[in-house]
Amino acid sequence: MWLTFEVTGLALVIATIVGVPVGAVVGLTRFPGKRLVTLVLYTGMGLPPVVVGLFVYLMLSQSGPFGSLSWLFTPPAMTVAQTIIAFPLVAALTMSAVEGVDPELRLQVRALGATRWQTGWTVLREARIGLTAAIVAAFGGIISEVGAVMLVGGNIEGQTRVLTTAIVLSTRQGDFALAMALGIVLLALALGANAVLLQLQGRTK
Amino acid sequence: MTPRPPAFELAGVRHRYGARTVLAVPRLEIPRGETLGIIGPSGAGKSTLLRLLQGLERPSEGVIHVDGVPMARPLPLVLARRITTVFQRPLMLDRTVRDNVLFGLQVRGRRDRGPAEPLLERLGLAHLAGARARRLSGGEVQRVALARAMAIEPDVLLLDEPAANLDPANVARVEAFIRDAQARGTTIVLVTHNTHEARRLAHRTMLLIEGAVVEIGATEALFASPAEARTRDFLAGELVY
Repeated sequence: MWLTFEVTGLALVIATIVGVPVGAVVGLTRFPGKRLVTLVLYTGMGLPPVVVGLFVYLMLSQSGPFGSLSWLFTPPAMTVAQTIIAFPLVAALTMSAVEGVDPELRLQVRALGATRWQTGWTVLREARIGLTAAIVAAFGGIISEVGAVMLVGGNIEGQTRVLTTAIVLSTRQGDFALAMALGIVLLALALGANAVLLQLQGRTK
Repeated sequence: MTPRPPAFELAGVRHRYGARTVLAVPRLEIPRGETLGIIGPSGAGKSTLLRLLQGLERPSEGVIHVDGVPMARPLPLVLARRITTVFQRPLMLDRTVRDNVLFGLQVRGRRDRGPAEPLLERLGLAHLAGARARRLSGGEVQRVALARAMAIEPDVLLLDEPAANLDPANVARVEAFIRDAQARGTTIVLVTHNTHEARRLAHRTMLLIEGAVVEIGATEALFASPAEARTRDFLAGELVY
């Protein structure tokens, strides 16, 4: 259970740290190729996890460009895969959230003397409900994900077995009671994490 | 000693949206401390002029000088922070009324929360200081926007219909507030549909119709004996466009 939390938690933190600024910049600025970037982000939201897993597998395998890291079948490989799945979700939904803030508000904030950075930060604060939704959606996408972590982690007991891959294994072995119990733990984990995120959203109000 | 340059100086300013010219001001000086009223029908270019003066848009042609310095976009922060606008449709941040009023100070790095209450009190809003600003009525939002602008003690205040949709008691409050700013030497550009408001507050008044300056002059003279037929018609409440 703790490995699930570590891998998913770390992936979510990295995806948020990178994805929120990227989504905010794409949403708040105009630049050539913006439509293309938007298209890529939206497409990324629907990335099949198993394809991401395959891609990370190839990158980290002995013959791959990052093979020397020896990350394949270790938790860092699972974190990389989940970060790649979570990033477009966070970035695209952040972009939608900041685009949903009335553009006129940005002008009014600037007219009150805010710098570009202060204006961007203020818009992000105004979009906080959408931001929470972005992080919650990304969390939901990766904590329940099984294909990528199975491929790049290998479901090794005591090393890379997380709740979802353990549920798959127990089900295959016919141990439905254990599978159900693990499923309940996974749900409880998701419930707890979302409660914390909602609490954080409330506190910034 | 050279005299201080005017707050604004416009030369050959034209502004277009696409092929349509929405504003043409060949020459205009706004001395420091003056209140210039801008009247005219809807679509006359009044709000566009305020956006140019605030530096939110750059004119398609011509130059605007602020304090004798040609305006660059984006406006240098020091200059931009001396000018503020109360917009026709003010938007509130999703915070308390007090935090909205303090926003301009907060972005300037000032953490003191003292200035909000007296401003709100003067505008009859003290009881709403802790309320969520998004839940206010239109008239309350207009007054909070005025308090938010005045909290930063600007040198130049651009007002776009600051008293529209207010009841007479609140119009009186807002106008008293504007007079206080005048007494402090604030340069004010007041856009209004309401010719009476311009007459009560403005030192000079300018009539804009379809983006063109029809007439500009000392307020009393302009209202008492307008030189242009279209000004007479407008002041008489006739359709001029």
